[in-house]
Amino acid sequence: MTEHADAVVLKGITKRFPGVVANSDVHLTVRRAEVHALCGENGAGKSTLMKILYGMQQPDEGTIHVNGEQVRFRSPSDAIRAGIGMVHQHFMLADNLTVMENVVLGAEGLHGIGAKARARVRALAEQTGLDVDPGVLVERLGVADRQRVEILKVLYRGAKIVILDEPTAVLVPQEVDELFETLRAMRGEGYTFLFISHKLDEVRSIADRITVIRRGTTVGTADPRTVTTRQLAEMMVGSELPSPETRTSTVTDRPVLTVSGLTLRTDDGRPLLDRLDLTVHAGEVVGIAGVEGNGQTELVEAIMGMRRLSEGRVRLGDRDLTRAGTLERREAGIGYVPEDRTRHGLLLTQPLWANRILGYQTRRPTARGALLDLAGARADTERIVRDFDVRTPGIEVTAGSLSGGNQQKLVVGRELSGDPVLLIASHPTRGVDVGAQAGIWDHIRHARARGLAVLLVSADLDELIGLSDSIKVMLRGRFVADADPATVTPQDLGSAMTGAGHVDEEGNLVAEHTEPGGGER
Amino acid sequence: MIARLRGTVVAPLLAIVFSALLCAVALIISGANPASAMAAMVRQVGQSTVAVDILNGAAVYYIAALAVAIGFQMNLFNIGVEGQYRIGAIIAAIVGGAFVLPPVLHALVIVIVAALAGAGWAALPAFLKVTRGVNEVISTIMMNAIAFGVAAWLMRRDNFGQLIGNNVTTKPIAESGWVPGLSLGSRGTIFGLVLLAVALGIGYGFLMNRTRFGFELRASGESPTAASAGGVNAKKMVVIAMLLSGAVAGLIAMPEILGRDHAYTLNFAQGYGLTGIAITLLGRNHPVGIAFGALLWAFLDKSALALDNVGVPREIALIMQGSIVISVVIAYEIVRRVELTAEQRRVGRQLGTAEAPAPATVTAGAPPPGPPDAAAPSDDRPDSGGRA
Amino acid sequence: MTMVDVPGTPSTGGAVTMTPPPRRRVLPGWAVYVIGIGLVVVMLATTSYLTGKPALTSSSTMQNTVLLALPILLAGLGGLWAERAGVVNIGLEGMMIMGTWGAAWGGLHGGPWMAVLCGMIGGALGGAVHAVATVTFGVNQIVSGVAINLLGAGIAKYLSTLIFFPLSSNPRESPSVERFDTFSAQPFSDWLLDLEREQRVGISDVAGLLRGMITGVSPMVMISVVLLVGSFFVLWHTRFGLRLRSCGENPIAAESLGVNVYLHKYIAVVASGGFAGLGGAALVLGSNPAIYAEGQTGGRGFIGLAAMIFGNWRPGGLLAGAGLFGYADGLRLSAGATTVHALLYGAVLILGLAVLWQLYKRRWVGAGTAALAAVGLYVIYLYTEELPREFLPYTPHIITLVVLALAAQRLRMPAADGIVYRRGSGA
Repeated sequence: MTEHADAVVLKGITKRFPGVVANSDVHLTVRRAEVHALCGENGAGKSTLMKILYGMQQPDEGTIHVNGEQVRFRSPSDAIRAGIGMVHQHFMLADNLTVMENVVLGAEGLHGIGAKARARVRALAEQTGLDVDPGVLVERLGVADRQRVEILKVLYRGAKIVILDEPTAVLVPQEVDELFETLRAMRGEGYTFLFISHKLDEVRSIADRITVIRRGTTVGTADPRTVTTRQLAEMMVGSELPSPETRTSTVTDRPVLTVSGLTLRTDDGRPLLDRLDLTVHAGEVVGIAGVEGNGQTELVEAIMGMRRLSEGRVRLGDRDLTRAGTLERREAGIGYVPEDRTRHGLLLTQPLWANRILGYQTRRPTARGALLDLAGARADTERIVRDFDVRTPGIEVTAGSLSGGNQQKLVVGRELSGDPVLLIASHPTRGVDVGAQAGIWDHIRHARARGLAVLLVSADLDELIGLSDSIKVMLRGRFVADADPATVTPQDLGSAMTGAGHVDEEGNLVAEHTEPGGGER
Repeated sequence: MIARLRGTVVAPLLAIVFSALLCAVALIISGANPASAMAAMVRQVGQSTVAVDILNGAAVYYIAALAVAIGFQMNLFNIGVEGQYRIGAIIAAIVGGAFVLPPVLHALVIVIVAALAGAGWAALPAFLKVTRGVNEVISTIMMNAIAFGVAAWLMRRDNFGQLIGNNVTTKPIAESGWVPGLSLGSRGTIFGLVLLAVALGIGYGFLMNRTRFGFELRASGESPTAASAGGVNAKKMVVIAMLLSGAVAGLIAMPEILGRDHAYTLNFAQGYGLTGIAITLLGRNHPVGIAFGALLWAFLDKSALALDNVGVPREIALIMQGSIVISVVIAYEIVRRVELTAEQRRVGRQLGTAEAPAPATVTAGAPPPGPPDAAAPSDDRPDSGGRA
Repeated sequence: MTMVDVPGTPSTGGAVTMTPPPRRRVLPGWAVYVIGIGLVVVMLATTSYLTGKPALTSSSTMQNTVLLALPILLAGLGGLWAERAGVVNIGLEGMMIMGTWGAAWGGLHGGPWMAVLCGMIGGALGGAVHAVATVTFGVNQIVSGVAINLLGAGIAKYLSTLIFFPLSSNPRESPSVERFDTFSAQPFSDWLLDLEREQRVGISDVAGLLRGMITGVSPMVMISVVLLVGSFFVLWHTRFGLRLRSCGENPIAAESLGVNVYLHKYIAVVASGGFAGLGGAALVLGSNPAIYAEGQTGGRGFIGLAAMIFGNWRPGGLLAGAGLFGYADGLRLSAGATTVHALLYGAVLILGLAVLWQLYKRRWVGAGTAALAAVGLYVIYLYTEELPREFLPYTPHIITLVVLALAAQRLRMPAADGIVYRRGSGA
């Protein structure tokens, strides 16, 4: 009777955290041997839902059925026993253990930890295309191989239902294709996949069905063969897509940031950044496009003085900042919106006004000489809360108690205070709700109109195209192409980011896709 | 913020009550009467010089705790206060005994030498940490032991030791280098340098809360990554904090040397460093909290004698001290978690939104407000910021 | 606590995954070990010959070494278990103190085996407190360790006054307890003694060292060897050990695979306390007369920790560290300051080898530094008669600082060591 039962059925799942509801009344049905995609914005509740299905968290309400039987998972091991496995977005591997140890850990009961287990690991490794010795330490593996180890772990436990949490985020396109090949092959052998992503093109290429989640609840299930990317996006966002477009150009010919020959090497001499040249003028937004991990983070940190250059110069206006420390660069007029606000932007347990001081501890209005000006800091924090619409009960609450969007507005507000001449914005709207996103774009645009130079790093191609005056594409630590945001399509950018784009003699990207904003691959 | 104040007071009170109960149980098991023990402890304060002794003892502990607290503010565990204190004390005593200067100047020179010597002993761990990445906990533990050896070597008769009575000491400091105390007759004499402790406390509070340096120090402690993005030079902070901590540690023995002993002797007290750590934990790095902690500690120290007199093993005071520390750190950690959740709930409620607070704070074991006493040196795994 | 915070690398959420080049492993681990032992013996024999100090390799020195290395080794094993599970344990000293008290009490009531058992229990109780504070309540591990050192010392003093004072009329000491009978591999031992007496270069040295190891052996040595080998086997070759180590490397991953992280950390930390307590028992039973005495541990818990770091969080390395520290101590006891002075000469020899190695590797700076250090030490050796007696007990501490300064970045501590882990924090 359970022969034709669906693999997973979630009914009315609700999960509350202190002060918030992460999931409310979620319904999801996954058929056997299908790739089912779960789409939603950052913060929509996808991950919470998957953690509930994997037993890492318990729902407050609702039921879970696996293969037709109702289950209650108290821990991941319950889920594993029911044949569910999860591949986490951030790899859950112990670097200092071997591949085999990582795979066998927690499932030693199946084949022990000796030769039998090793044989089994070898056999499965072949299925996932992993070609390394099981005795090698995981720290020696590259990203794609690590992901295969993750999948291997799940298979070793005999999982037939596999949750993949944003599996493509860290992969380059060829690796994505290889992964999809593997998934299709395994689907043929009866495996079921729950594929979490917000990359709609990928989802449409791999999924059999798509369920969209918005603000903690499921809004519907779609067929990828009939739905367009734009329709999906609107399901996710719930309204017309906001447009970040800037039309009138405010670019001047006064260079603000001049980077020349910037090179950064690892300790063993591998280049992370390879002879980069870059100029940002007053009133100009220069966008940096690239698959994550191609050197954007290093570029930004090098310009901020957080990494020591191997070679090259960094100038701000007429000033040479190559040897300056981070604080000196900030004082010279660089504002910095870091890519990870909780790690690099905020002191989470300090009140908002103390966060206003961070990075401005030497300048008015937050300091006088070696002393802090607490009154000044408080007053200016009030201003930021007002002007940037930070939703908070007051400036005495800790930064950590704000939502991600409001934290980000606070950071952007801080970094636009004190009249910076250059703003370095790394993923300024990542993990931010749609309303806050539009607000942040507005503020950047206004500052640009006043003559601010902006270096924008983003993974959101629409954001890059909409905000930038020019775009540089980064691949393996180099700028491989320039693009004009007025004419380039996300598809062209996408292929350039993967090294597949065509470039003319001047390094400009040649358009191949003509359908604007379309979704065909 | 009455709620916050309540939070900080409730935890240590609970811990003290819990430890007292624990000790009461221990006493009952060993056949003693906890009530009479308690009475004896309270009564002693009014007797002979006990109150003054407590104050004097607390002043010394206070300086030790401040030295530790400077490092703790940036999650730097200077376990080496013990060694820095010893080196500071012996060098200052040797230098102070070597010559005679006009009264105030002489004492001042001794104090400065003590601070410099303490800082000097802290310099090696600081240097190893910033240049070779050596963790300060291990290196300062080693330096503590080595300081003992150095002190013993300096106290050799063919170096600077002298046999006076049946005690080996350094050459006594001339009277010009003494700091007179405040005599209360039969009640004892308050060390003049109790004022040094008070001044250090005020200076510490000002430094931490009102100056750029203090802000940068605390920012580095809470989030090294955010501090570095905010322009704080982590290595510089490590060096300054370590040296400053060592300098203050060097001063620990000053009230006793300049106010009573006028020399370094072989039977100088051990364990000020450990005590300083304990008191800092009790006081949560706060200058006033530390003061209360120091008084409590000195009071318990003194109680040992009073307990002896009523036939209770004096070592129960040690157990009380140990159990207070361990229960207080646990209590702070619990209170911290409760407060964190409460505030998030409050903010969520006041805004009336279902918008998720950045979950990193719920899950990542974010560092505590201010002191490192209750939580880990901030956990900076990149994946700690889960996305709901 | 991170033992190595690589200076100057701002940690990033970096998606760039560095793939370190594969390390060239020419020799298996055991071979390196054998060669190392050989080198040490050769070095000692050479030094002994050149400086005319036979005590460097005498059997009595070696006997003392074994005796003194035991507590360090056991404390280090305690550190190894805790830190492999991701819990830094600087409370080893306090746990060891509780172990000494427990051992004396047990020895009074039931002989040496009881002493071993009670010492272990005493230490394990301290470990349990550490586990409750750090694992359940997430208290900073250094802080909890400091508190346990305070508490352990306090409890031992209190109980000593309460229980030992009436028996020994000294609140700081217990009455003496029965020691283990020692045994020697007699005929072999005698043959070695003859060899040793002949004072032949090399052969007599080896004979002396060997004889020290097989003469007057107490069951405590056997226990320690079994525990050391057993720890290696359990931690690296069983399912339980794999799980335990995974808690120290990546507890989030471990939990996601159904490993009960809290349970494993609890077991590891309690066991860690047990080992430290056993170290305390070794101290009590190894002293003559066998008594508990206040201040007996003398920081050996910390030295055990240092030996473990010296050994790069591996049992074999730990044994080498404990042996080295025990040897430095043993030499001081059995031979005195002038013989330890001869060790300076040995250090010069080692540095000389280091110079050659660096030259071979074409690292000129390293070679220069090593040469400079060698010359400096040699000058000190020439112009002094003996090392200041006061510094001798601190040889292990100085060695540890030097090792950390030179090799901190090559040491590989468990990745999640010292980081407070809370259940569900991967969620």
